Amino acid sequence: MRKGMIISKQCVFKGVDCKDKSEALSFLADKLYVEGFVNEKYKEAILTREQNYPTGLPGSEWNIAIPHADFHLVNRTTIAAAILKQPVLFHSMDNIKKDIPVQIILMLAIKEPHGQIQMLQNVIQFIRNHELLKKIVDEYTEQQIVAVLQMQLNQKMGA
Amino acid sequence: MKRILVACGNGIATSTVVATKIREAASERNLPVTVNQCKLMEVESMASDYDLVVTSGQFGGTVTVPVVTAISLLTGIGEDETIEEIMNFVKQ
Repeated sequence: MRKGMIISKQCVFKGVDCKDKSEALSFLADKLYVEGFVNEKYKEAILTREQNYPTGLPGSEWNIAIPHADFHLVNRTTIAAAILKQPVLFHSMDNIKKDIPVQIILMLAIKEPHGQIQMLQNVIQFIRNHELLKKIVDEYTEQQIVAVLQMQLNQKMGA
Repeated sequence: MKRILVACGNGIATSTVVATKIREAASERNLPVTVNQCKLMEVESMASDYDLVVTSGQFGGTVTVPVVTAISLLTGIGEDETIEEIMNFVKQ
């Protein structure tokens, strides 16, 4: 049995004040490194990758970025999250020339070389849940967000 | 049997979601299909072995097979239309 992924409260932040996406990405990548989830090369890979293959996902109500990097830079699978004080611009995944304002960042650290289907599907379910995202941005404390992520991202599909 | 190549930035994360959705949709319709994943930068060298390329990210290269952009399978916006487009191709 695979144990659920751990969402660390040291890697979930609300009200982060960042001037641009690089600052936001560096902030989260640094936290993942300090907590031992990723190695020292992860941050650079995240920043480079975002330039070449942007991860902004345009939603109907909330745009979300899901930055990630190669599995061999990851020690333990987890997700770091930042709810920014104000949105910063990311490029859209399907159009590198299109800027979208993003307030919610989910940084994926995936150790498995073939991805982790269940967790990734949970992430996709999560980013489509506009009511929940609204609560996360408007209401929930960091502690509540950790609990929500822990529950939502570890659940079994169809359960 | 149609062969589909699904690509994303590193060939692991979003392509896994897209590939899974394509396999599920094909299975629901009893349509046989082979789905493999790769990195966007590998698409040009691999596409000739496939009938269709589906990408979650922007693909700037040139290939001789049709290319479908499938960010909708991640965001949910226009997802059904994209699935139908891919399934219509698989049926051909």
